[in-house]
Amino acid sequence: MESLINPLTLVTFFPLVGVLIIAFLKQEQKNAARWIALIVSLITFGISLWVLAQFDSANTDLQMVVNIPWIQVAGWNITYYLGVDGLSILLLLLTTFLTPISILSTWTAVEDRVKDFMMFFLLLEVGMLGVFLAQDLFLFYIFWEFTLVPMYFLIGIWGGQRRMYAAIKFFLYTMAGSILMLLAILWLGINQGTFSLPELTAQGGIAANLQIWLFLAFAAAFAIKVPMWPLHSWLPDAHVEAPTAGSVILAGILLKLGTYGFLRFNLGLFPEASVQLAPWVAGLAVIGILYGAMVSYAQKDVKKLVAYSSVSHLGFVMLGLFALNAQGIEGGILQMINHGLSTGALFLIVGMIYERRHTRDMDAFGGLWKIMPVYAVLTLIVSLSSMGLPGLNGFVGEFTILLGAWGAGQDGGALGSVWFAALAALGVIMAAVYILFMFQKLFLGPVTKEENRTLKDINWREIATLVPLIILIFWIGLYPKPFFDLMSPTVGNLVATLQSAAVAVLP
Amino acid sequence: MTIENIIWFIPLAPILAFFLIVLLTNRTKWLSHTIAILAALISAALTFYVIYDVASEGHLAEQVIISMLKWFPTGDSWFTISVLVDPLTLATLFFVSITILMIFIYSVGYHNFGAPKGDHDRPGLQPHGATLTDAHGHKHRVMSIEPMYSRFFAFFGLFAFGMYLLVTTGNLLILFVGWEIMGLCSYLLIGFWYAKPSARAAAIKAFLTTRIADVLMLLGIAYLYFATGTLNFHEIFVPEVLEQLALEPALNGFLGLSIAGLIGILIIFGTIGKSAQFPLHVWLPDAMEGPTPVSAMIHAATMVSAGVYLVIRFFPLLSAGWEGHGLTPPMTLMAFIGAFTAILSATIAIAQNDVKRVLAYSTISQLGFMIAALGIGGYVAATFHLVTHAFFKALLFLGSGSVIHGVEHGVFHTGEHLDPQDMYNMGGLRRKMPITFWTFLIGGFALAGFPILTAGFWSKDEILAEAYFHSHWPIFITLAVAALITAFYTMRQITLTFLGEPRTKAADHAHESHWTMTLPLVILAVFSLAVGWLGIPEEFPLLGGLLPNLAHEVGGALPEPPEAIPFSVWPLLTSLVVSLGGLTLGWLVYRNVKAGQPDPLAKPLGPLWTVLKNKYYFDELYDFLFIRPAHWMAEDFAIWMDENVIDGILHGIASIGPALGSFFRNYIDKPIVNGFGDWIADTTRKIGVGLRVIQTGRVQQYMVMALVSLVAFGIIFYLLLVQ
Repeated sequence: MESLINPLTLVTFFPLVGVLIIAFLKQEQKNAARWIALIVSLITFGISLWVLAQFDSANTDLQMVVNIPWIQVAGWNITYYLGVDGLSILLLLLTTFLTPISILSTWTAVEDRVKDFMMFFLLLEVGMLGVFLAQDLFLFYIFWEFTLVPMYFLIGIWGGQRRMYAAIKFFLYTMAGSILMLLAILWLGINQGTFSLPELTAQGGIAANLQIWLFLAFAAAFAIKVPMWPLHSWLPDAHVEAPTAGSVILAGILLKLGTYGFLRFNLGLFPEASVQLAPWVAGLAVIGILYGAMVSYAQKDVKKLVAYSSVSHLGFVMLGLFALNAQGIEGGILQMINHGLSTGALFLIVGMIYERRHTRDMDAFGGLWKIMPVYAVLTLIVSLSSMGLPGLNGFVGEFTILLGAWGAGQDGGALGSVWFAALAALGVIMAAVYILFMFQKLFLGPVTKEENRTLKDINWREIATLVPLIILIFWIGLYPKPFFDLMSPTVGNLVATLQSAAVAVLP
Repeated sequence: MTIENIIWFIPLAPILAFFLIVLLTNRTKWLSHTIAILAALISAALTFYVIYDVASEGHLAEQVIISMLKWFPTGDSWFTISVLVDPLTLATLFFVSITILMIFIYSVGYHNFGAPKGDHDRPGLQPHGATLTDAHGHKHRVMSIEPMYSRFFAFFGLFAFGMYLLVTTGNLLILFVGWEIMGLCSYLLIGFWYAKPSARAAAIKAFLTTRIADVLMLLGIAYLYFATGTLNFHEIFVPEVLEQLALEPALNGFLGLSIAGLIGILIIFGTIGKSAQFPLHVWLPDAMEGPTPVSAMIHAATMVSAGVYLVIRFFPLLSAGWEGHGLTPPMTLMAFIGAFTAILSATIAIAQNDVKRVLAYSTISQLGFMIAALGIGGYVAATFHLVTHAFFKALLFLGSGSVIHGVEHGVFHTGEHLDPQDMYNMGGLRRKMPITFWTFLIGGFALAGFPILTAGFWSKDEILAEAYFHSHWPIFITLAVAALITAFYTMRQITLTFLGEPRTKAADHAHESHWTMTLPLVILAVFSLAVGWLGIPEEFPLLGGLLPNLAHEVGGALPEPPEAIPFSVWPLLTSLVVSLGGLTLGWLVYRNVKAGQPDPLAKPLGPLWTVLKNKYYFDELYDFLFIRPAHWMAEDFAIWMDENVIDGILHGIASIGPALGSFFRNYIDKPIVNGFGDWIADTTRKIGVGLRVIQTGRVQQYMVMALVSLVAFGIIFYLLLVQ
């Protein structure tokens, strides 16, 4: 009998400690709220490192499992079931890593209702960690929906001018997708007699045509979250209106909830349906890659540009996952991390300039390299990472995904055509286009606006938010082996399942 | 320490220099250039040690391979980082290390080290000069030091690292890493004066154009990996693997190519971008926006040479299935693209007046020679020309930089406003800048293939001999004509720049550059002559066999080293005629050009001259064909789609809610639900109103009604029950 107090429970709910303490503060005690939130999130990160230390990457099963009966009425068998494996360990770490960085970025940006902000932020962390760790479908759904609430308030209270429109669009859109998933979850739980994901996976035996419907129901929730083309239009609005820290978390982690959902639930529960639908999903992914890149290029608002680039980058992740081979899935998981780091850093960067000039219109800048050299160099590194320059993290992810997609295009592969890889590669070029033009408009050329001449370069606190991200950007780019080591065995297991499904399904 | 370990240090020195300068010495100018030059010196010294060691043990043709680090996994195998040394590596390292060292030293003088800070100089712009006041109170303008001096040397360190990495690695993926690092450096260095809009545009153009090619190459890499399961050269370039790749059709017979054919073509695209071949040649001339040492670095020592190095390295794959006759599809493509580019850009070079642009087009053209040579199977000839070209092109670029410097000096002196790069503003510089003149002459003659003495003669002759021997007549004729034009525009350049009389006052006041600039010129000039003597065919009349033919040793890098082609007098005669003829013609046409006079060819060529002057309008064509439609797609179509169609549908769905609500309200709620309720209430009320008539309050009337009711009930009761 596992005890309730295990590392995963601890890491998931530890941020609540911060929420409780902050709840007793006065609204005026802004700094206290900030420090408590920062320290609590740092301790949470520490706990997640402790989880990592105990994690055995050779073991393909769930680890550090806690599994306790929870709701057992009317034949329903719902458990409090947490566990971590190679698919989720990196995302767990990414969440606990990005949260303190985001909190640090709000130090001067959020002055209004700091106490509430920090409480919502820590609650959001609980929800996200729960999503990555829950192994019971019902529990997963609760965490999944729970993440919506704090994010809704973060956008709706601390957002920009059109914050109510964005917040409601975000909330209703994601909610609408989730309803279909809830139906599928209930169907599974009632018909298969359990809500436990490992048990459901082990049982299998869902008829192929039924799998397709269930796959689609889950996909509705996840595809909106990712977001996949053409369900992406909530994202730019949410990003533009969200405060910087909200954008970092939104891009860095909340979107990964969708891709992770595809990986964990759609691939794991419905392997036959995954094989059958892979070309369709990959097709949408490729459209997303190209479309997102094109719309990015046409933006004048730099934050919107970064937001649309997420549509493009997550297209790569989806393409990798639905290549259904080891290269593709490993590349997809790594690219989730990469996108969290690079795009997270880009949103921080945009936030820094917005705090100084209160505009994000790229035409309002130019020649900033001269004025803010440190900021310029850090931005350059992050931009290069985002466009996949070798030696930085983005390249490793994109290249592995392209390898996977190319392999899946060969005979016997899931995609059946190398055009998916070829068109996705076009996205690599387009990424270079919009990123370089963004960099050019902000940093190169003559200084055209007088008010830019007096801008201060970034301070130590701001450097401190970027440097940890940049260290990881280099680390993954130069020596990604430790990161792949964490996921390889589990992915290998999943790929074996998918391959036997492919043999059963494909002619 | 073994040779294997030493190789690792060759790329390491410049990257260390990069980090040292960026992190520690970026404010101390002399220290920054000392570190950079020291790093280049170490790399060169190590290179020569390796060459010496390998040569003295006499196993030049053997491969030395070391695999070291597992880099990252791909499913069940690993990418490894390795080094590989074979004759091709050594030949490439040889010219790379020398040219890089020379360019580094030259940059010290080029950026006016020791000169005062400029009066109004800003980072991101070219130095504009400083005003000095001498002992007599006279003010005069002098050149000023580059404001971003240290940054320049840091970028150069990174650039050199990329090239060394690319050359020493034994793995295609690491090669690609070096390849992209150079792409980044070219972006940073072409746009070094980033506040200049033209430099900024050129930087982006260079990066994006090469990136298009890189992505195609990346697909080739992915395919190669899936076809062979490895990206290590020593595992791919083995006869059995190659044979297999050449036999199997690609992707269910895509275009009728074999796997080797399709991969080969994708890889050649990488070279077309990096080595600026048609149709992706447009970025290289614009790359002249960078400081001149950058041009030398890109054009000779590193980037474009890397492109040619790639196809030479991949020759075993590109030629897989080639039995010595009937070219493979990748080879045909190379032969065509190379020869076409060679003549295309040679003709453009005739009509350019910018001293650096002429050289830029000559680079494109010479690279075309190499690629065409490789396309017809001239492995040794291509490599040989790559080596000699690197020396004389580095020399020419540095020489042109020295010329520009000299003229700029004159401009400061006279205060004229003129373009110091326009050859029509020069003339007569041979007397003012003798060292620059003589070394430039050597470089120019090498480019033109001046017989016997210069390196360019031997390597170009080798290419023509290959085409002749294998009877590739279209290639032979095209390249011969291109060689003639090359000699012609080279002499045009030399004549306009150095010969005759000065055409401006600035040219009259030019003076010789600092020794840090002229010393590299002299050293490179020596190599531009002597390197050719290492590749004299054994059967050449009189000279053959006097010196060992080292160039031919490069063939040892192939699984099956090629035989030397037999000597023939016809290609030799052709070489002699085109180079001497072109040089003479150029001198005859341009020797008497006076100030203000139009180009002597402008009139006789008429509209053709305009076309050449405008580079066949490629930039305009691409703008029309690709750039505008892409803008339209992104800025009009995609945005419209997003805002109107996708969000439109969404808002449509969102408004279904309220619409449905009002439907229920107006058609169900109001008429039916409300209506029913109202009807009941209404009817009740009406009944009430109707009944009210009988509620009079009079007792007598009630009694009557009670009686009537009683009677009525009694009758009904009787009828229903009793009956």
